[in-house]
Amino acid sequence: MIPDKQKDSRVKKEVKKVQITPRRRFLTSVAQGTGLGVMGGLLWAGYAEKAKGSTLTLRPPAALEEKDFLRTCIKCGLCAEACLHRESNIDKDTLKPRPATLKMAKAQDDATIGTPFFVPTDVPCYMCEDIPCVPVCPTGALDPSLVTNEQDELDFTMMDMGIAVVDPNSCIAFWGIQCDACYRACPLLDEAIKLEYGRNERTGKHAFLKPVVEMDICTGCGLCEKACVTEKPAIFIQPRELALGKPGDHYVKGWDQKDQKRVASQTGKDMTTKTQRSEEKVEDYLNSEVSYE
Amino acid sequence: MSVTRRDFLKNSAAVAAAGAVGISIPKEAQAEAAKAESDWRWDKAACRFCGTGCGIMLATKEGKIVAVKGDPAAPVNRGLNCIKGYFNAKIMYGADRLKTPLLRVNDKGEFDKKGQFKPVSWKRAFDEMEVHIKKALKASGPEGVAVFASGQYTVMEGYAAQKMMKGGFRSNAIDPNARHCMASAVVGFYQTFGIDEPSGCYDDIELTDTVVSWGSNMAEMHPILWSRVTDRKLSNPDKVKVINISTYRHRTSDLADIEIIFSPSTDLALWNYVAREIVMRDDAEKIIDWEFVKKHMVFAASPTNIGYGMRRAGEKSLKDGKYSALEMETIDKEMEKKVSAKEAPALAPYGLKEGDTMKHNPGTLKHWEISFEEYKKSLEPYTLEYTAKITKGDPNEDIEEYKKKLQALADLYIEKGRKVVSFWTMGMNQHTRGTWVNTLAYNVHFMLNKQAKPGSGAFSLTGQPSACGTAREVGTFCHRLPADMMVKNPKHRKITENGWKIPAGTLNPVGNQHIMKIHRDIEDGVVKFAWVNVCNPYQDSASATHWIKAAREMDNFIVTSDGYPGISAKVSDLVLPSAMIYEKWGAYGNAERRTQHWRQQVLPVGDSMSDTWQWVELSKRFTVKDLWGEYTLRNKKVLPDVIADAKKMGYTEDTTMYDILFANEKAKSYKVDTTKFPQEGYDNTECNGDSRNVAGSDGEVFKGYGFMIHEYLFEEYAEFGRGHGHDLAPFEVYHKVRGLKWPVVDGKETQWRFNVKYDPYAAKANPDGDFAFYGTLAKALAQGDLKGIKDKKKKPLPNKAKIYARPYMDPPEMPDEKYDMWLCTGRVLEHWHSGTMTMRVPELYRAVPEALCYMNPKDAKEKGFKNGELIWVDSRRGKVKVRVETRGRNRPSQGLVFVPWFDEKVFINKVCLDATCPMSKQTDFKKCAVKLYKV
Repeated sequence: MIPDKQKDSRVKKEVKKVQITPRRRFLTSVAQGTGLGVMGGLLWAGYAEKAKGSTLTLRPPAALEEKDFLRTCIKCGLCAEACLHRESNIDKDTLKPRPATLKMAKAQDDATIGTPFFVPTDVPCYMCEDIPCVPVCPTGALDPSLVTNEQDELDFTMMDMGIAVVDPNSCIAFWGIQCDACYRACPLLDEAIKLEYGRNERTGKHAFLKPVVEMDICTGCGLCEKACVTEKPAIFIQPRELALGKPGDHYVKGWDQKDQKRVASQTGKDMTTKTQRSEEKVEDYLNSEVSYE
Repeated sequence: MSVTRRDFLKNSAAVAAAGAVGISIPKEAQAEAAKAESDWRWDKAACRFCGTGCGIMLATKEGKIVAVKGDPAAPVNRGLNCIKGYFNAKIMYGADRLKTPLLRVNDKGEFDKKGQFKPVSWKRAFDEMEVHIKKALKASGPEGVAVFASGQYTVMEGYAAQKMMKGGFRSNAIDPNARHCMASAVVGFYQTFGIDEPSGCYDDIELTDTVVSWGSNMAEMHPILWSRVTDRKLSNPDKVKVINISTYRHRTSDLADIEIIFSPSTDLALWNYVAREIVMRDDAEKIIDWEFVKKHMVFAASPTNIGYGMRRAGEKSLKDGKYSALEMETIDKEMEKKVSAKEAPALAPYGLKEGDTMKHNPGTLKHWEISFEEYKKSLEPYTLEYTAKITKGDPNEDIEEYKKKLQALADLYIEKGRKVVSFWTMGMNQHTRGTWVNTLAYNVHFMLNKQAKPGSGAFSLTGQPSACGTAREVGTFCHRLPADMMVKNPKHRKITENGWKIPAGTLNPVGNQHIMKIHRDIEDGVVKFAWVNVCNPYQDSASATHWIKAAREMDNFIVTSDGYPGISAKVSDLVLPSAMIYEKWGAYGNAERRTQHWRQQVLPVGDSMSDTWQWVELSKRFTVKDLWGEYTLRNKKVLPDVIADAKKMGYTEDTTMYDILFANEKAKSYKVDTTKFPQEGYDNTECNGDSRNVAGSDGEVFKGYGFMIHEYLFEEYAEFGRGHGHDLAPFEVYHKVRGLKWPVVDGKETQWRFNVKYDPYAAKANPDGDFAFYGTLAKALAQGDLKGIKDKKKKPLPNKAKIYARPYMDPPEMPDEKYDMWLCTGRVLEHWHSGTMTMRVPELYRAVPEALCYMNPKDAKEKGFKNGELIWVDSRRGKVKVRVETRGRNRPSQGLVFVPWFDEKVFINKVCLDATCPMSKQTDFKKCAVKLYKV
């Protein structure tokens, strides 16, 4: 069944500080040294102020929220390097690395120059078990604690790059075509994308098998977008902030035991509500008389 | 009056349904549609891909197929498609379509086996073929000329190929890739019913209460049928049960109420367990329908020491040392083996015990009648305890939980009044005991009287689009002739010789060169000429390295006709560009006996020409005196000189095979008439030539045969089956309807064969009864017990079917310390077979660009593999580099990996073992032993 976990970045629970193994600590400090040394943090940070980030940009796993990320990322490229040289990225024929998922934005890219991003239709994120791109980050712009579970293990299911969105008009499964290419491509198969079964009244004997994204599980890796067989993918990844609405924290689904977690950040400190109607001071309102002419 | 929303919905559904079955659509709507698409021409066709046989509509514009839609009037799919079907419009236009013949030549332009491919004319191509066929005939006789045929041939192509091979060259070395796909099902049908192909039809899905999938990933391999199963399940989720029985978890489990993961090859034990439950519980519960069984069944047994269809001691390449010591570890079991502890209880009723040596004879179809008591003895070993112990396929599953599932399975089959359909595909066919396990399926259904009835029956799902329609019905197998006739039967040869107007004695009675035998005969130096038609045998055959080496290094001439270059073209000496599906007139027959025709929609790309044309042109190069003299076969049988008889029939020594087999008087009576349906308005390259003005086999522009060859080939073929339980409708009718399920009698198709209520042949054979299993093959049996024949006198069994005693046996290669994992291979939804078409459709390529090794995460962890990492999958025969996938669509239990075979860069057939069912000769691609390690 679906692992009981919390995915919504807005209400991410406090994660214990990662227990970094000595080996990883060594690698990380080397990386930090190199990154800072090579790139010259200050110079680059100044440059970054000018280039404006796009809200459509998909960031590496465990990236801080966009504003904080842009403030923290020093554009050292270590994450992209780690992505390129991971063991699972070797080409079968040449035995050299294939193009990496993570790219460092150039002038023509739709992302702040020099920052890491990915485009699922080019190369999606393969959700490596050891998430090599994150621990190498020298500044915490990619924050390992965001992908570390309660057992202090890096956990790829906690990644959160964005969320898959289905366009039901162009998704051919909604026409009744037996496709499900996205469903089969999903690395969290039958968890992040599920099939919704429905009868096809028109034919009277076939069923619809429609993909439905579980927003709490989907990591935004983009394997579905890459696999989608429509000319322009009918399932695509967007940053959560852009793709999702937000139901109120004051209501909990009575039929879903886990839903209370969604509103965990709700506090009783200030529950005051305001509308135009309630703006007026009580006394002013009461003293303004009711016309009876 | 107001219309409620519910009424409105009902109405729109009704309107949609009316449209779907071709009932009137409002005039204005039609006119609108016509205006919008005035320069589009829509015409019906069958989908190019699997055996489901979906109907499609193709739009042609400016000489190209520009769009496709599901045919709303097609009963199979009612306007829907899977994603391969969705891309039918794109499969013919890959950038690397073959456009001209290509020959390996040296600097001087001469043929050179080590030369480079250079474009040549069609004339040159046929010159080379003629020379090399004559050379092969001289060296080895008719057995030296072979064809790798196809279950994707159109009916007419298959018929033309087999007519020229068997009637012209007198060679039975023509065998389709359907051998790899359906042969075990076929022998199962022959042995059980005496006639090929399923008794039921797809309507069973809507009518059944229970779908049991055995070794079939319907969700990916027959998606449209799966959506029908899904709909049936949704229609009554509590009553309708779906059970998935497989060696690994796959998408078909998504919908399943019960999933049974069994250890490879032990499906034999599972079926026997269900049969045992039926038989053992019968006394108390009256489960067996004895009236049905006594009237319509006999019990039978057959030898168990039949080997595994591998090479046998004494064969040339074994003597020549072409097989390594490692390979011989497995191949030695072809000659003899020790009875293992696992199989010993199952073999006990046959007089064998653990440690006994089984000396194997070559596979045989021999069987004899036994008593019910003997049959019952054969089932005794399959207690719940023993069955669960040997069949449980997931080492981490609790055995008690597993046992409960087995009991639930038996209960569902047995439940009175519950309708049950058992579907299977390659899991039961690609099996070293494939024929056995097919017959075991019918046993269960027969004893319960749940066969050949609406909503009930064991139903073999076909893999290829015309494995039924062409390979089986036309008979492009080495041992077959059209319409269930056999080359070894003198009466059948005579009927065929008469039909073909060739001298008596022309046809070769020895039909043993099945696909693996052709490969082996090439390796042994017997076959010197081989022609690949509509298939990719150098990618799709196990132990692939041997066959590729033989093709490239030995003195032979290999020709491949194809639309695109693949592995087979690459190892060939001559490559011919073939017209693809909608570039020619054609017909396919699907798994439910539905024959579907289409017209040529567009001109072929480049100079490519249809396979029919290639065969007919080749026939012009051979005369009576070239082919019909005396030959002595390998087994010393003599094919007589029939030239004198040919002359008596009015032929001369120089009459060509073209004149005899293809352009005879009867053929010419089928007129070209482009003013009438169905020819009007459609291209017909073979009959009329076309505007490309392709220079043909004589170097002149090809202007067409001048008669309607497609209709001729179809009608002549159909004549063999009409009146013999295999009736097809006239050619023209198929152009008006969305296919018909044969036998088509008095214009009506047949849904359930052998059932007197539905099948006119059954009604004729048994007018006052309920069933007649009227197939005619092997319908008289000697008498005996499980151990052998006791009374050789044959007893006839007209209109009866057979229930077989057949035990569980180990496959020849199982995981051990050195090779510790099972390897299973198969397909993925996105790609068709070896990927020659689908790997050229950008969207499908993007969706699944490479084959992966699906593995249990625990196995990966234990072996130190990361997801996505490259590893070697290594067997006694070869190894491939492949990426590890622990999270994918297929979820094997520990101990088994699955690798699809579509990707030529993950050439998994180099790893697979070419063991076959020794009776059907179908390769077992589902099990061999491998080891895995990092690259």
